[in-house]
Amino acid sequence: MNLQQRLIIHLQLFTSFFRIGPATFGGGYAMIPLIEQQAVHKRGWFDEEEIGKLLTLAGTAPGGVGVNAAAFIGYRLAGISGAIMAIIGITLPTFIIVLGLSFLYISIEGHPKVEAAMKGIKAAVIALILTAAYRMAKNALFDTFTVMIMLAALAVLIFTAISPVYVVIAGLFIGLIGAGIKKLFGMDLAIEKRRPNKREIAELEYYI
Amino acid sequence: MLLKLFLFFVKIGFIAFGGGYAVVPMIEHHISSQGWLTDSEFQNIVALSSMAPGSIATNSATLIGYKLAGVTGAITATIGIILPSLLVVVLLAAFFSKFQSNRWFQTSFYGLRPIITALIVYAAIRLVLHSSLINSLEWPMVASLFICAASLVALIKYKANPLLVIAASAFVGIVLF
Repeated sequence: MNLQQRLIIHLQLFTSFFRIGPATFGGGYAMIPLIEQQAVHKRGWFDEEEIGKLLTLAGTAPGGVGVNAAAFIGYRLAGISGAIMAIIGITLPTFIIVLGLSFLYISIEGHPKVEAAMKGIKAAVIALILTAAYRMAKNALFDTFTVMIMLAALAVLIFTAISPVYVVIAGLFIGLIGAGIKKLFGMDLAIEKRRPNKREIAELEYYI
Repeated sequence: MLLKLFLFFVKIGFIAFGGGYAVVPMIEHHISSQGWLTDSEFQNIVALSSMAPGSIATNSATLIGYKLAGVTGAITATIGIILPSLLVVVLLAAFFSKFQSNRWFQTSFYGLRPIITALIVYAAIRLVLHSSLINSLEWPMVASLFICAASLVALIKYKANPLLVIAASAFVGIVLF
């Protein structure tokens, strides 16, 4: 790749993801098909199968699936600088929108009608979180081990002052230990409910 | 302050699996122990983050950074929470070029997913405890419960668009409160 080609690919990465960023307004469902459309159909960077595997792997890294997918695609096409361009592209619109919303709120804060609307929104946010919990539970809790881990973690979070950070770090190892014990006793080793398809992953990742 | 913000969000970034509501209690724990924001300021940030596109974790980082150190703070916190994603993805892409070799990660997620579920439930519990939802057995509580229940039905049963649900709740809030 010569310099001009590299510049073009960096620019394309930025503009493609800049367009995808705001599309997740009100729900991340729209994002995965959009990434597919840009990367497979419009730019021809990958084929359908490659992008599917890439998005699955993007879901296993920490952080939002959108940013991870952008980093993966950028890295594959143009190394670390490509990953950075793609990440800036997908983050910049959201960054501007969330700051804009915040400015708007600060300028109208304190007005009784605004405070009433905010109360309504907070009640809806609780519903959004419960929906996220429900969808996550449907996928995560499928045997005695997973239900027990969930309840134990919840008890630790509610009744102790242990930081949630350590609870998550413990979670990374508990799965390995649990799977090890199951293997030791020759139990059926199902570590996933079933392999969700790309669209379900997209819905799931947006909510967790 | 900027360095503290940056380091805190880098730490969160490494364990922000999913990037959504599960990350909220992790941020809240630190914010309240450091006395960075009041409970109601933090709740407003979670609400505003839910209204914008993008992941809740990144949006909250942006807003907390802004609140504590202006636009520079917003940029610092956002870069902080995204940087670990970039590092992990580059490492994964460099060393796991064969996509099949992520068995280890899948096994790890077997235990991580229930924990993430617990964190999301906990995020909801915290928000309920701190909001007017159970403050008093009076009108505001009934109205909030009504909005919450109606939103839940719309989201789960009718798979309504979250932005639409938020807009409708704001309107109902103006009418009821």
